Amino acid sequence: MGIPLLIREGGSSEPMQRKKTMRQLPLHLMLLPALVILAVYNYYPMAGAVIAFQNFTPAKGIWHSEWVGLDNFDYIANLPGTLRVLWNTVFIALMKIIANLVLPILMALLLNEIINNRFKKIVQTMIYLPHFLSWVILSGVLIDILSPSTGIVNQVLSLFGVEPIYFLGNNHWFPFVLVASDVWKEFGFNTIVYLAALTSINPSLYEAAVVDGASRWKQTLHVTLPGMLPIMILLMTLSLGNVLNAGFDQIFNLYSPQVYESGDIIDTLVYRLGFVDAQFGVATAVGLFKSVVSLLLISLSYLLAYRIANYRIF
Amino acid sequence: MIRLSPGGKIFVVGNTIFLFGVSILCLLPLIHILALSFSSSGPATANEVKFWPVDFTFGSYKFIMHKSEFLTAMVVTLKRFSIGTAISLALTLLSAYALSKEERAFRGRTLYAWIFMLTILFNGGLIPWYLAIHQTGLLDTIWALVIPNGVQVFNVILLLNFFRGLPKELEEAAFIDGAGHLTTLIRVFIPVSAPALATITLFTIVYHWNAWFDGLLLMNSPAHYPLQSYLQTVTTVRDLTLISSQSLDDLKDVSDRTSKSAQLFLGALPILCVYPFLQRYFIKGVVLGSVKE
Repeated sequence: MGIPLLIREGGSSEPMQRKKTMRQLPLHLMLLPALVILAVYNYYPMAGAVIAFQNFTPAKGIWHSEWVGLDNFDYIANLPGTLRVLWNTVFIALMKIIANLVLPILMALLLNEIINNRFKKIVQTMIYLPHFLSWVILSGVLIDILSPSTGIVNQVLSLFGVEPIYFLGNNHWFPFVLVASDVWKEFGFNTIVYLAALTSINPSLYEAAVVDGASRWKQTLHVTLPGMLPIMILLMTLSLGNVLNAGFDQIFNLYSPQVYESGDIIDTLVYRLGFVDAQFGVATAVGLFKSVVSLLLISLSYLLAYRIANYRIF
Repeated sequence: MIRLSPGGKIFVVGNTIFLFGVSILCLLPLIHILALSFSSSGPATANEVKFWPVDFTFGSYKFIMHKSEFLTAMVVTLKRFSIGTAISLALTLLSAYALSKEERAFRGRTLYAWIFMLTILFNGGLIPWYLAIHQTGLLDTIWALVIPNGVQVFNVILLLNFFRGLPKELEEAAFIDGAGHLTTLIRVFIPVSAPALATITLFTIVYHWNAWFDGLLLMNSPAHYPLQSYLQTVTTVRDLTLISSQSLDDLKDVSDRTSKSAQLFLGALPILCVYPFLQRYFIKGVVLGSVKE
């Protein structure tokens, strides 16, 4: 250590102290532009969430709108559809969390059995392409292939004598379409994460298992799965923070009034309350409810991840 | 190689076929759309197109290339992602460099890190965010699409963890040579961080290319929509009133369905082009984000 060591030893003397402060000034300045943006577009809106307690009108602004206490929350709690929306959100989100946890693990285990690296690579390339496409593109594709009159999915089903199904307009099918298409987009990505975890398993563990006479199945059971456990636990805990994130991008592009009953979620409700009905106060109240609950869940999940898997973000 | 039992052989064959099937299944919907986009309107409307174009034509693509809305949206997107990526990269580099210092070398670093972190944990919601953009006068300008999201906190964390993994001697040598922080960042840190920088650049480009909701919400006039927002209004709205009937008559081998398909494919094309690079850096990115001292 060169200079830093010197500074630390002589840190108490006056000129050294000033020199140290001078040395740190550029660091503060480097953060300044980012901090300004965060202040204006992240922290100011956090404070702006007080309009949840106002009868907000854009003309009067935050300072002059009428304060109404918890009226907005009361209003939304007494709306007949609210409980349904909450249920849809949690139901869709949980189904997605579970499907995106279990299927990628199975996929990673099966891929791990493939010895030919070229084939392994090709499969990976094919399954995680949809991850990088936007929900606008994927929804456009889904709307075409799931159409009851012209969609190729219904054409295939009709070969088996199945009557055309309006997947995107039927409350029974809609949540499953959401989960299935989310799996289509994301399971490749998650599979790669698990595969990366698999490659870090010490090969000598397998060698020892072979010496002990373990079959491939036994090796999977006693070496591979335990090796994946830490990352499984980590991802499971971290997904706790997503319980209220049912996927706005996807649902907004796929839903229609016919399937509000089964597909309307908190985020889409906030959007419609705010930008279709212009009920800014009520929309903010719903959004604030979601933000606060999510904060609690995320904090809990990070705490658990830290305790169980010793996970630190920075 | 290990010799396999008959049961093991059946498993290997079955597994290979299964995995190949799943992979194909993932791509079939996209192949179908691609086939539709190169087919004539007749076979497309009659549901004759499966996974190969029927009555091959470039008609749909020619049709789109003459559509001014599509081209305008494309220009907005190109602007957005070049300006947006530049802003985002500059801010990420500066922030990650400062935050990668230890608390004793940069007093306040931990507090600053938490200020960044908190924005992931909590947000004020859609309406206050919209109002902030409205009040700063960015609404309906290109800046609304590149400034509010200029600080990508996940990328900052990724890069700061990478910087922390660099040998301390690099920085100390630069300081002894009399370099300041900015010089050290530009002349020492950036040249040795190519893989990490490639990763976050790709992430940022994909982010800006794919973003659609901010364009839809923050642009008042459709002429200012970036491509994905424009595509959103064209391909996911299920009534046909948006397509003027007159322009359809102009080209008889183009139908609503084939032109939508062609636009979807063009919307995905740049991602497909950078996909090989994404793939190479993606795993590195995942690993980078998790490696800590």
